[in-house]
Amino acid sequence: MIVIKNISKSYSDTRALKNISLRVNRGELFGLIGPDGAGKTSLMRILTTLILPDSGKAKMDGLDVVSDFKKIRQIVGYMPGRFSLYQDLSVEENLNFFATVFGTTVEENYDLIRDIYYQIEPFKTRRAGKLSGGMKQKLALSCALIHKPKILILDEPTTGVDAVSRKEFWDMLKKLQTKEITILVSTPYMDEATLCDRVALVQNGQVLDVDSPTRITEKFPRKIIRVRSDETYRLINDLRAYEKAESVFAFGQFVHFVGINDEVETSELDMYLEKRNHKNILAEEIQPGIEDVFMNMQSNI
Amino acid sequence: MKQLKSFIKKEFYHIFRDPRTMLILFGIPIAQLLIFGTVIKSEIKDVHIAIFDQAKDETTMQITNKLLSSGYFILDENLSNTAGIEDIFRKGKVKEVVVFENNFEEKLTREGTAAVQLIADASDPNMARLVTSYTTGIINDYIRKLNPNLQIPLQIEPQVRMYFNEEMKSAYLFVPGTMALILMLISAMMTSISITREKELGTMEILLVSPLRPSQIIIGKVLPYLMLSVINAFVIVLIGHFVFGVPVTGSFILLMLETILFILMALCLGILISTVAKSQMVAMFISMVALMLPTIILSGFIFPIENMPKVLQLLSHIMPARWFIAIIRGIMLKGTGLLFVWKETLILVGMTLIFIAVSVKKFKIRLE
Repeated sequence: MIVIKNISKSYSDTRALKNISLRVNRGELFGLIGPDGAGKTSLMRILTTLILPDSGKAKMDGLDVVSDFKKIRQIVGYMPGRFSLYQDLSVEENLNFFATVFGTTVEENYDLIRDIYYQIEPFKTRRAGKLSGGMKQKLALSCALIHKPKILILDEPTTGVDAVSRKEFWDMLKKLQTKEITILVSTPYMDEATLCDRVALVQNGQVLDVDSPTRITEKFPRKIIRVRSDETYRLINDLRAYEKAESVFAFGQFVHFVGINDEVETSELDMYLEKRNHKNILAEEIQPGIEDVFMNMQSNI
Repeated sequence: MKQLKSFIKKEFYHIFRDPRTMLILFGIPIAQLLIFGTVIKSEIKDVHIAIFDQAKDETTMQITNKLLSSGYFILDENLSNTAGIEDIFRKGKVKEVVVFENNFEEKLTREGTAAVQLIADASDPNMARLVTSYTTGIINDYIRKLNPNLQIPLQIEPQVRMYFNEEMKSAYLFVPGTMALILMLISAMMTSISITREKELGTMEILLVSPLRPSQIIIGKVLPYLMLSVINAFVIVLIGHFVFGVPVTGSFILLMLETILFILMALCLGILISTVAKSQMVAMFISMVALMLPTIILSGFIFPIENMPKVLQLLSHIMPARWFIAIIRGIMLKGTGLLFVWKETLILVGMTLIFIAVSVKKFKIRLE
């Protein structure tokens, strides 16, 4: 459905995308995972015909993003990273406006947005600018869906949204997938990656890996030890100072430790940390997550 | 068509829901007109003067009475010596002192000449010139009436008549000028701001990804402001007429049509600005600096174009306001018809077409 071939893009002196190639299948929920500045937004803007690539080709449903931009604008639904609806228009007015702009009516495609829209319908006379973050995203999604697009492109839709709304949002995307809409979504949150069919790990304008979330973690060959103590900050510093440490990253209240080889045992760390006067030490081996894969790929570049 | 209609509806929502926009659209024009109307004046009224009359005879009394009954002057003080003159000017209230010499009447009848000295406070030179020329006029008028057969040898007396504005009312000059200024600023500024606001808030991104054509976006932006600016122009003409007494001697419909043309031109200019400006601030800055000053200075609104250096005279040709002011002065004051302003009208039409063409061409169908 989406074919990206050797796309490159530079802004004055920064190279945002370096020879990226990707393929998204019909009906797939595809995730672009990567930190801020990785090039996710640039790639999405090229696909939505908003900017031109410097080199390379991209096709959406067989249409070229450069020469067929007018046709693509009919079949794509786009939700930019920033809330981009009219804040001084009410929920209902926004929806009606985008429906007419796309040459349709709210009634015509109501069944598509019903699940999402019924949650914000009680506030339909409220100005969009006065909605909460989660409701704003639901409205933006409704507006992006109102013309029944074949491809839906969402740029970090859950950034700045509370955990409950985030979960609801992803449930909706799953539901939309069953309605034969191909979805390309970007996110900086690793935990959301596991909800996609396939993900591409993007870093510095390059694709590091493309696979299903479980296979990406399975491919990770290293042993991960999760460590905790009363003083997280000193813990990180001490672990980094340990001679057998390769990478040490904070993950919430835990610290993930990868040794120089997989022979590093949890008991070894226990002893080392006790010597350093840490209290309530807990070190255990865990299954790697996408974050671990990502962090290690980054440190290997 | 349906798309355009809903776009225009949306645009009206933006305008009516934003108090700032409403203020700029309707508050500022009226305030500006009233301020310009009362501040820019080339006529005098109730100027405070002082008189040092050394003669105190019948003629000087009569001249004094004439001065004071003219409505231009108010007597502040009767001085008894010349020493007080400088002090009285320093206080700032009195703008002119009239000094009659000793034995004024006697000298006038016997020798045919008597001296009146007019001393003016020239810290405001324009004011000083006006005041002295008004005074001279009144005194000469009196002397002439006193001696109708007084023949000063070979004296040429110009008979000046100010056509179209017999009383030299400055309101006649500034109403057309202010109208041009206000319409230019409001129209150009509002469209350029409203388009750059969409860019700034990111809504432009969504509009671009939609099937809307550039021409639809541009028309959708122009039409609402065109309608509101026409209302504005109407209000300005009404205020000019009922508050400042500026007549509309020509066809009112022609006046309105020309005004619509000018507004359209300014709106297209605003769109052109928005294709260059990246943010609302830049758009506002360009509209203010690049449009306001040249419109005030180079359009003949305040300073006559004929008195400018050649270079600026040439430059004034590209000021749309110059042509518009010429047109509405013609229609409002002289009562001329299209036959006499067709050249100016054609120039405005040409400018409008150029701006539209360039804006549509420069309007970016992508983000960069």
